[in-house]
Amino acid sequence: MTASSCRASAHGCDGKYRKLEEILQEYKGVPGALIPVLHQAQLLFGYLPHDVQVRIAEELDLPLSEVYGVSSFYSFFSLKPRGKYTVSVCMGTACYVKGAPALLEKIRETLQIEDGETTEDGLFTLDTTRCVGACGLAPVLTIGDDVYGRLTPEKVPEILERYRQ
Amino acid sequence: MKLFRAHVLICGGAGCISSGCHAVKEEFIRELQAKGLHDEIQLIETGCVGSCDLGPIVIIYPEGVFYQHVTPEDVREIVSEHLLKGRYVKRKMYRHPSSGEPVVTSREMDFFRHQTRIALRNLGLIDPERIEEYIARDGYFALGKVLNEMTPEEVIREIKDSGLRGRGGAGFPTGLKWELTREAGGARGEKYVVCNADEGDPGAFMDRSILEGDPHSIIEAMAIAAYAIGAGQGYIYVRAEYPLAVARMKQAITKAREYGLLGKNIMGTGFSFDLEIRVGAGAFVCGEETALIASIEGKRGEPRMKPPFPATAGLWGKPTLINNVETYANIPVVILKGAQWFSRIGTEKSKGTKVFAIAGNINNTGLVEVPMGTTLRKIIFDLGGGIPNGKRFKAAQTGGPSGGCLTEKDLDTPVDYESLKAAGSMMGSGGLIVMDEDTCMVDVARFFLEFTQDESCGKCVPCRIGTKHMLEILTRITEGKGEEGDLETLEELAEVITSSSLCGLGQSASNPVLSTLRNFRDEYEAHIREKRCPAGVCTALKRYEIISDLCKGCGLCARVCPVQAISGVLKEPYLIDQETCSKCGLCLSKCPFKAIVMK
Repeated sequence: MTASSCRASAHGCDGKYRKLEEILQEYKGVPGALIPVLHQAQLLFGYLPHDVQVRIAEELDLPLSEVYGVSSFYSFFSLKPRGKYTVSVCMGTACYVKGAPALLEKIRETLQIEDGETTEDGLFTLDTTRCVGACGLAPVLTIGDDVYGRLTPEKVPEILERYRQ
Repeated sequence: MKLFRAHVLICGGAGCISSGCHAVKEEFIRELQAKGLHDEIQLIETGCVGSCDLGPIVIIYPEGVFYQHVTPEDVREIVSEHLLKGRYVKRKMYRHPSSGEPVVTSREMDFFRHQTRIALRNLGLIDPERIEEYIARDGYFALGKVLNEMTPEEVIREIKDSGLRGRGGAGFPTGLKWELTREAGGARGEKYVVCNADEGDPGAFMDRSILEGDPHSIIEAMAIAAYAIGAGQGYIYVRAEYPLAVARMKQAITKAREYGLLGKNIMGTGFSFDLEIRVGAGAFVCGEETALIASIEGKRGEPRMKPPFPATAGLWGKPTLINNVETYANIPVVILKGAQWFSRIGTEKSKGTKVFAIAGNINNTGLVEVPMGTTLRKIIFDLGGGIPNGKRFKAAQTGGPSGGCLTEKDLDTPVDYESLKAAGSMMGSGGLIVMDEDTCMVDVARFFLEFTQDESCGKCVPCRIGTKHMLEILTRITEGKGEEGDLETLEELAEVITSSSLCGLGQSASNPVLSTLRNFRDEYEAHIREKRCPAGVCTALKRYEIISDLCKGCGLCARVCPVQAISGVLKEPYLIDQETCSKCGLCLSKCPFKAIVMK
C-alpha cells in the first residue's frame, strides 16, 4: 500500500498521520530534531513514505533534499515498505568466523529472497546487520526484537516457521 | 529496610537474554511464591556477568554459588535443594576444565580469577534499574565529592595524574582532553559533554554491557565531566542496534532527575546539568567524533577535517568533550580512590585496566577486564580457556575493522596501546576475536574490507573508491582469479588510502589487509599461484576428489550431485568433473565409504 492510498483509505491510516503531526509539533524548534523524528515516523509507518518526508521537511523547515539525504544515508531508515518481520543475520566478525555466511545462505534458500528483499507474502524482510553485540553466542540472527544464538543452518527453517503461525 | 536471607541474581545481559534467562526468572518467581519464600529471598536481574557462553547464569548469595546453563526445569531443584535445604545443586555448577570438579564461586574460575574490575565493577552485582543499588555501591559519591570539595581544575588534575586514556581506541589522554575543552572559548561559554556509545566495531560489546548493566556510572561520570569543563548539557549517542541499552539509560536518567542528581541545582550545590539520549541510525562512521556530532545535529553522519577539534569547535560549533562509555565508567573510581591508586595499575604509558570482549574460536567467550600489560597468552589461554576442539591457535584480531591480526609470536607481548601498535594492530575498543587454524586469513581480510567499503560514507575519494578497488582485488583472489602483482597493487593502494583519507575510517581501512599480508603472505600466494585455499574456506578454491582405491562404485554420489558433475560405471571408481562441480559438498556427506575428500 502506498502512503497516498493509505491516506485515502478508511482503515485507520489517518490516525497515523494525526500522530505524525503530534510528533512534529513536539519536536518543532528542537535542535537536531530530524533523526529522532525520522525514527518515530518509521516506527509509525514501518518505513518513510515520500509524502511523510515532505511533511517532515515542511514542518521542521528543512529542504526536502536534506530530509531525503539523511533518510537515505542511514541504513536504519527504509524508503520502501518492509515485511512484518525483519530477519537480520549478524555479520560481525565473531559471527562471520563461526559460520554466519552459511546461515545467510540457508535463509536465502528457505525464503527465496536476497538481502534487502521482502517475501511475497509481506511477512519477512531479509537483512544483514553489523554486530548486534551478542558475540558470545555467535552466530546470531535477530527476528524483530528476538535474538537467536548458537545457530546452525539446520535450525533456521524451524525458527522461521514459528513466525508463520 | 527489608532483610533477606538470600539473594538470587539472574544475569540479564544480552547473551543470557537470548539464552532464555527470562523464562528462568519467571520460574523462580513462581517457585519462590509456591514455597512461600518470596519474603525471605530476593530475586534480582543484573547486568552482564561476563561469561556469556555459560548462560543463563544464576548466582546465589550470600555464598556466591555460580550456576550455569540454568533452564526453567532446573529451578525447582535449585529452590528446594539449595534455598530450602542448603545443599548445592552440583550438576548445575561450573566444573573445573582439568579436574572436572565442581567449582562453588566465580572467584575460583579462571575466567574471573585473573580479572581486575574497575569499569565493570557493578556488572552482574546490581539491578541496573534500581538507583539505590548503585548508590549502595558508592554510586554518586564521586559526584558529591567533586561538587563539594573540588574545583574544576582539581578534578582535571586528578584525571590527568591518573594517566587514564581514551578507551574508544585512539588512547588520547583523557585529562588533557578535558583541560583543552575547559580552556576553549572561556570558562563561561556554552559547552557540551557527549558520550560516544556508538559501539560499531564488530566483536566489541563492553559499552553495550556497561550501558545496560550500570547506566548510572555513565550519568555520574558525565556530570563530573560537565562540572570540570563547564558544560550544562550532555548527550549520549547510542547505536540503534542496542534498544535495551537505550531503555535502561532512559530509565536511569529519569531516576537521577527524580533524586536531584541531574537537572537544576544538583545536590543543592548550584551546579546544573542535564542529559539527553540520541539514538543512531545504523552508520558505522558515526563512531568517528566529527561524524557523530553531525549526526546529533540531525545531519548525514559525514566526518570533516580536523582541526578544529571538537574540543574547540564541536556540537553546534561549541567546545565539546567526547569520551567513550568505558572511559566514563572509570571516572567515578578515579575520583574516589585517587589518581595514585589508579596509576599503580597497568604499564608505564597505559594505566588502569582494559575491558576485552573475547569471541570467536575460543572456549570461554564474554567480557573480561584485565590490567593493562596482561599478555595475550594469559587472556586467550587462561581466562579464555584456549581453543576448542583441539584446534591450533592461528591469530587474534584486535581493533575491529581498523585493527590487525596478532599471531603466535605476539602471544607474550604485554597488551597496551603502544605494544599493539608496534605489533601492527591497535587496541581499538577492545574486541578480541580468536581464530583457529580453520580460518582463511585472505577471507578475513576481505571480510573487513567489505565492511569498511560498505560503511565508507563516500565523502572523500581515497576511501570511497580506493577501498572498493582493494575489495575487488581481494574478492578475485578468494575466487581463484588472483594474478601476479595483485599483492603489490594492494600494498600501493593501502599506502595511498592511509595517507590521504579524511577520517579514521579510511586511514585505518587497510590495516587488516596489511597485517595479514605481513603475517600470512604465504596464504595469499597459495591462493594466487596454486589456486589453493590452505584453510579450505574459500568455496571457489575447494576441490572434491574421489579416492579410487576406496570407491566401491555404488553410484550414490552421482545420483545426489545436483549438477551432474560425477560420472562412472557401477562397481568401478567414479570421477568428479572439476569444471562442472559446484563445490556443494553433498557427495562428500553422502558417500558411505568416505571415499570423497575435500582439498
